[in-house]
Amino acid sequence: MSNIPLLSVITFLPLVGVAMILLLVRGDVKGESKQAKNIALLTSVATFVISLGIWFNFDTSTADFQFVEKAAWLPGVGVNYHMGIDGISMLFVLLSTLLTPICILSAWDAVTKRAKEYMISFLILETMMIGMFCALDMMLFYIFFEGVLIPMFIIIGVWGGQNRIYAAFKLFLYTLLGSVLMLVAMLAMYWDANTFDIPTLMTHTFPAQMQTWLWLAFFASFAVKVPMWPVHTWLPDAHVQAPTAGSVILAGVLLKMGGYGFLRFSIPMMPLASADFTPLIYTLSIIAVIYTSLVALVQDDMKKLIAYSSIAHMGFVTIGAFTGNVQGIEGAIFTMLSHGIVSAALFLIVGVIYDRIHTREIAAYGGLVERMPKYAVVFMLFMMASVGLPGTSGFVGEVLVLVGVFQVDQWVAALAATGAILGAAYSLYLYRRIVFGALKKESLKAILDMNKREVLVFAPLIILTLYAGVYPQPFLDVMHASVENLVNNYHAAVDAASAQVAVQ
Amino acid sequence: MSELPNLTPALPELFMAAVALTLLMVGVFMKGEAKKVTRFVSYLATGAMILALLLVTAFSTTAGTTFNGLFITGAFPAFAKVLILGASALTLLMSRDFFENARVSRFEYPVLAILATLGMMMMVSANDLIALYMGLELQSLSLYVMASIMRNDLRSTESGLKYFVLGALASGMLLYGSSLVYGFAGTTNFEAMAELFAHEQGVHGPSVGLIFGIVFVMVGLAFKVSAVPFHMWTPDVYEGAPTPVTAFFATAPKVAALSLFVFVMMGAFGDLAAQWQQIVIFISVASMALGAFAAVAQSNIKRLMAYSSIGNVGYMLIGLAVGGAVAHGVETQQNGIESMLVYLTIYVVMTLGTFGCILAMKRSGTHVENINDLAGLSKSNPLMAAALAIFMFSMAGIPPLAGFFGKLYVFQAALEAGLVVLAVIGVLTSVVGCYYYIRLIKIMYFDDAEDELDRNVGKEIKLVVAAAAIVILAFFIYPSLITDSAAAAAAGLFAG
Repeated sequence: MSNIPLLSVITFLPLVGVAMILLLVRGDVKGESKQAKNIALLTSVATFVISLGIWFNFDTSTADFQFVEKAAWLPGVGVNYHMGIDGISMLFVLLSTLLTPICILSAWDAVTKRAKEYMISFLILETMMIGMFCALDMMLFYIFFEGVLIPMFIIIGVWGGQNRIYAAFKLFLYTLLGSVLMLVAMLAMYWDANTFDIPTLMTHTFPAQMQTWLWLAFFASFAVKVPMWPVHTWLPDAHVQAPTAGSVILAGVLLKMGGYGFLRFSIPMMPLASADFTPLIYTLSIIAVIYTSLVALVQDDMKKLIAYSSIAHMGFVTIGAFTGNVQGIEGAIFTMLSHGIVSAALFLIVGVIYDRIHTREIAAYGGLVERMPKYAVVFMLFMMASVGLPGTSGFVGEVLVLVGVFQVDQWVAALAATGAILGAAYSLYLYRRIVFGALKKESLKAILDMNKREVLVFAPLIILTLYAGVYPQPFLDVMHASVENLVNNYHAAVDAASAQVAVQ
Repeated sequence: MSELPNLTPALPELFMAAVALTLLMVGVFMKGEAKKVTRFVSYLATGAMILALLLVTAFSTTAGTTFNGLFITGAFPAFAKVLILGASALTLLMSRDFFENARVSRFEYPVLAILATLGMMMMVSANDLIALYMGLELQSLSLYVMASIMRNDLRSTESGLKYFVLGALASGMLLYGSSLVYGFAGTTNFEAMAELFAHEQGVHGPSVGLIFGIVFVMVGLAFKVSAVPFHMWTPDVYEGAPTPVTAFFATAPKVAALSLFVFVMMGAFGDLAAQWQQIVIFISVASMALGAFAAVAQSNIKRLMAYSSIGNVGYMLIGLAVGGAVAHGVETQQNGIESMLVYLTIYVVMTLGTFGCILAMKRSGTHVENINDLAGLSKSNPLMAAALAIFMFSMAGIPPLAGFFGKLYVFQAALEAGLVVLAVIGVLTSVVGCYYYIRLIKIMYFDDAEDELDRNVGKEIKLVVAAAAIVILAFFIYPSLITDSAAAAAAGLFAG
């Protein structure tokens, strides 16, 4: 289109916002936080608008990387500044740029303590997220991937709930331990292929034995990020303790980093190991789907319940990603996007009543529909999307995954489908306990319905959920060429290896 | 009658020696308050160091020897000298506030700092075992006195004495090793030794006595860089010495000792790498592990920094171990040394910044050292807290901060040389290390203060902390500034 490095612009525009906040914001605490919020909202909306422009100019007919930028950066260690997007990463970039302004808006009244620093943290976080999805150099990817930890640690630790320090440390050390193993694997890949360039590495064939080790090291990192059972325990803690916007970003974007990693690294670069380990992924995913759904049933903290439901949804994602066919992988990506919107909305929904009553105990609520009709409608819509009701985005993703996995393994499909039933159980149960019934509790008698700002926050999410549910084609078109390419290469590599074995 | 040797390559050293003597005279004969005299001498000394730094870049970067081959110049020594002089100048600059606050105004302190720096410059320029020892002792003797500069303070004198006793032991080991090497090699000159060993290796292997000599030399050097198992002096000395002196110990002498370590190993004993590489690997692993695990339990921030520096030395020694990977070719070896120099530079900047923050830790005018004193710093002094958080995240190796790139360089070099285990251990200990670095951040940001720290911070300290924070934060934008000169320095080591 033009020579403007658009991907760098959207990646670093939030940092410009940070600089503006640091340099321009002056005055007393109240004025300061007001200005900071305005600047943060402005830059994140601008970023979103530019990313929309990228989407409109995105060529859906090719699987190649687009908007590519490349420059030498650290020649001593062979690292280049290489950015670009394909059909797999395009929508994740959009998801990140969409959710950040929503987070900032949702914190408008809720965050009064050190609002300036809060906004700075979110803008830095946005840079890291976008950069990670755009990075085409493995080390650049790692830098953004790890860099996410700094703002996230601060967000949970400073603005979190009672037990925030434990949660922040757990998040930090869990993810760090996983990702440093990935770092070693990346260095080992460099050693073998002599490059960190992701497109080049996708065409490089690693020895089968090495693939196994590399796959396991990447798995250590991505499984924690996804999170997969049994390394999921950091997530409920982090979600419960994080402030609302922190939970939104965590569920909306950060959990997708793991699924994205599988699709970007594990499957294209280590196809043989991916094929070998597919049963392991299926097993862990099914345990996750069923076990965490059951755990979600007995939660009495709203956020914890949604956190467990996230883990269950991510189980679908990992099943879909490793089916090795187009439906499954597209379903995985679609589920991630849908979950990004729906779970983000659900955490915002919890935030709405938390801001009013300051408790997340399910037992503290009941009969909200009487005082908050608008709220009840929005809540129901997203609850249904989470369950996967036809007509919502959740349905499309889940069906695609199930169709995909059915072609590979009926048992896995059958077991995963039970997860969908359990999902309906805990979601509806939650909804009944909070919204239905009689409004008996004294504390709820004066509760107010959603104000305009809150409606504004939910509006884009509602539109997207319904639009993607009724007419998912535009989104599937974006990813189709890249996913097909991924699947073809995957099967070519696996077939070549088995042919070789047959010859011997 | 022999000719006067060519003095130009040693011009910065000669200048420093002249300055030391002049400033001593100035201090003795200048009239007025002790505080004013000290301040004057101190500023002059800082200026002299910066001038010497410029002299180094002007006169000592080309390869050459003088004083009958005792003294060598080149890209590698010049790189080390620039780091040493920079670190010395900045630590000296930061010390004013502390000493004036403690009502200890001694003009001897800047003079001793100059002498110590001169010793370090001699160390990294040494091309002979005798020259090495001379530089090392000049440095060490000045450092012993600096550690106990607050002679009325029990901890300061104790740390000086401890450092002296153990340092003398290490020097003895080094001398003993040198004498053995001389006995078996017949020369003290590094170049002559390198030539000799290149042949000896091929014919009948190095003699047992020579290996003994090398091991003793290594023990002495490992002591100076505070690598495990010769680290035991470090926590006590770091804790006891006045904070500006600790800041000095943690930066300039580390650079000098590590550069010397590299130069002796690669220059003189380069062809015997098969003999010493495994020793370096061992002390590297031990240092990384001890640095990571022992720091977890520390509550004194200076002690914590001592263990942190032990751990960091472990990472840097990975670079030296790669330098000894003769089988993988010169390019790999060179990458190893380059990675070490990159790490070293970043380490010095981080450490300077961190100690700047430590020097700013005061409560009602008294310096405090417990990590819990930092509680609530993010509210009482947000900029200082942000800077310290940057240093801590960087030390923890979290990208995109500079510390990550140091580790990246080192680990990649290790994998290139096939030292996979070393890289994996390094990665794992860095996760453990992360815990105590982010614990400091937790204290600053998440905990509430019972008693806030003073907000007034000396302007020199502010300057150094801000500069260091910017370097660490912005390293990723323009990394070639540091990496290119490190690469040139490493190349210079292998050119001869």
